[in-house]
Amino acid sequence: MDPRQQIRRYIAETFLFTTDESAVVDSESLMKKGIIDSTGALEVILFLEETFGIQVEEQEMLPDNLDSIDRLVAFLERKRSKAT
Amino acid sequence: MCGIAGIARMEGGPPPGEREIRAMLPALHHRGPDGTGVYRDEHVALGHTRLSIIDLEGGSQPIHNEDRSVWVSFNGEIFNYIELRDELVALGHRFQTQTDTEVLVHGYEEWGDDLAGHLNGQFAIALWDLRARRLTLLRDRAGILPLCYRIGEGRLAFASEVKSLLTTLPAAPRLDPIALDQIFTGWSPVSPRTIFAGIQELPPGHRLVLDPSGVRVSSYWRWEYPAVGDYDRRSEGELSDELYALLADATRIRLRADVPVGAYLSGGLDSSALVALIRRHSSAPLRTFSIGFDSAEHDESEFQQQLVEHLGVEHTRTLCETAAIGDAFFETIRHAEMPILRTAPVPMRLLSQEVHRQDYRVVLTGEGADEVLGGYDIFKEAKIRQFWSRDPDSALRPLLLKRLYPWLNVGARQGLEYLRHFYGVGLDEPSAPLFSHLTRFQTTAQCKQFYSTPFAASIADRAEDAIEALVPAAAATWDPFNRAQQIEARTLMSGYLLSAQGDRMLMAHSVEGRFPYLDHRVIEFAARLDPRLKMRALGEKHLLKRAMRAHLPSAIVDRHKQPYRAPDAPAFFAGRDLPWMIELLSDRKLREFGYFDAGRVGLLVAKARSGRPLAFRDNMAFVGVLSTQVWHHQFIEGFSRWRRPD
Repeated sequence: MDPRQQIRRYIAETFLFTTDESAVVDSESLMKKGIIDSTGALEVILFLEETFGIQVEEQEMLPDNLDSIDRLVAFLERKRSKAT
Repeated sequence: MCGIAGIARMEGGPPPGEREIRAMLPALHHRGPDGTGVYRDEHVALGHTRLSIIDLEGGSQPIHNEDRSVWVSFNGEIFNYIELRDELVALGHRFQTQTDTEVLVHGYEEWGDDLAGHLNGQFAIALWDLRARRLTLLRDRAGILPLCYRIGEGRLAFASEVKSLLTTLPAAPRLDPIALDQIFTGWSPVSPRTIFAGIQELPPGHRLVLDPSGVRVSSYWRWEYPAVGDYDRRSEGELSDELYALLADATRIRLRADVPVGAYLSGGLDSSALVALIRRHSSAPLRTFSIGFDSAEHDESEFQQQLVEHLGVEHTRTLCETAAIGDAFFETIRHAEMPILRTAPVPMRLLSQEVHRQDYRVVLTGEGADEVLGGYDIFKEAKIRQFWSRDPDSALRPLLLKRLYPWLNVGARQGLEYLRHFYGVGLDEPSAPLFSHLTRFQTTAQCKQFYSTPFAASIADRAEDAIEALVPAAAATWDPFNRAQQIEARTLMSGYLLSAQGDRMLMAHSVEGRFPYLDHRVIEFAARLDPRLKMRALGEKHLLKRAMRAHLPSAIVDRHKQPYRAPDAPAFFAGRDLPWMIELLSDRKLREFGYFDAGRVGLLVAKARSGRPLAFRDNMAFVGVLSTQVWHHQFIEGFSRWRRPD
């Protein structure tokens, strides 16, 4: 399963309580849609850290990095490319 | 289920007498009201009180092998006895009964010390091998059934419950200060210690052998995990299918009985999943039982009702009023045989009383799922603290605790400092063996401020050291999540949930509990899972939810886990005075028993009596102090009640 699919499935299951991944649109703001709140964002960070073995810095915990599936995927790619 | 008792002569000790073994049995009557039996020779006496569940006519115990050289007294169920029996018959053994008990004597002849490894079940077994003059005691892997023993006066005496052993004691027992301190740290004495000084339990997964060369205790099975990364690598779909198949089979063999089998239904995922499995694999009508509370904070009736409608079961809900908990507490401690920190066992006893009243003797329950498949808040809390420890100065990471404890007011700077103080314990050493449980130990230990000065001085060892000794050296290579699971299984689960809140509350009214999630095949399968399949970020029991999603309403599968709790201190002040409580919490009794500081306890009682909401820790301290006083009154002050008749 690619990271995008993993992230999408996690968000659908955890915050929308559905296995239907189409319930969340990749470009949509997760906060504006009311899908996650600020502590929910921390839960997503915990998921990223344990699933992909990265560590998210305090200054990276920003909506620009975390507030949609597209942004999460892009952020993850940047983190991984920095790490390698 | 049943009760067992016995006396074995050691080097130089006197032979066991008929009266002595018979005197041990009345205290176990509630475990086995359907009959008693005794075997005795010059070395050993075995006693048994029977609750008839399989082979109602032919199941009297003790039972022997073909030539009467091996005898057994057994409490529990061997769920794979049909398969074992076929295997043993094929090997040439001749059976006289249809019981699961008889597979033990033939199995012992065939497999000797490897017998336990063949058994799928819950058991406390005493096997006497006449030729070898060898007594073997066995206890099941998870610690579902109790077995305690004492060595003294040239003998080893053992029993299902301490109250039976008390009849063999020459003088009143004493409270073991280290054990009370362990309860006031992690909720239960650390096995093999019990609250009774000098009386031990046989730890889960262990055997004790007494033969002419002496006594040896050893483990035959361990609750353990693979090193990080060394997991079952099949796809999530395959693993989910296997979990479903395993649970279905674990449930199927636990329906084997010659009496009707019911189930507890809490409204949570674990018991709902079991009931769904029973419904899919059995066409028999199913009776389910639950507790409801008059306090909305504790009641889960709405979810229970959803399940009842979805699964079409015949359901009995027992309403447990707050005052009823106070009323039933005294008798509950007599069954629990140890001080407790929450009243939660009391409603479980009232529930088994109702099950008994409805003529049911066997219930399946969801106990064990949280430990085995990763459901508890303490596991989530430990994950958040691990997450935080990767950046201990972070102001944001600890805020994730709000996810778990929504009542935490952590918006303000002050709130953050509180979090650091309270949940930041041990953050500098996240790989420490007890890291996951440090906040629980710290919170619970607040009860210790009520110790009297002389009692506090009598506690020789740190409770945390004994708990740490339960963690095997190999655990350093395990994922922290698995370490937390192992500690939980070896402390709270076997020492409290399965005993004070489990077996003792069920058997108080002659009801046998059966626990499919604690089938060792399920435990071993789950141990090999990647921890992320148990808890995905903070999503508990991920794989179980996946396995059961097609069979349950999504409102049940996706519901946030609600811990089972009951009203604590308010139960004792619900508009009436309990005379025994007033007496046992009086200055006079507190000083006489000596464990607690009468002045401090007086203030705590006044606070509880005022009716203002009590903090979590105050509730625990109140129940802890009161239950210790009741325990002392019943077993030490009231020792003469239990004494042998001569």
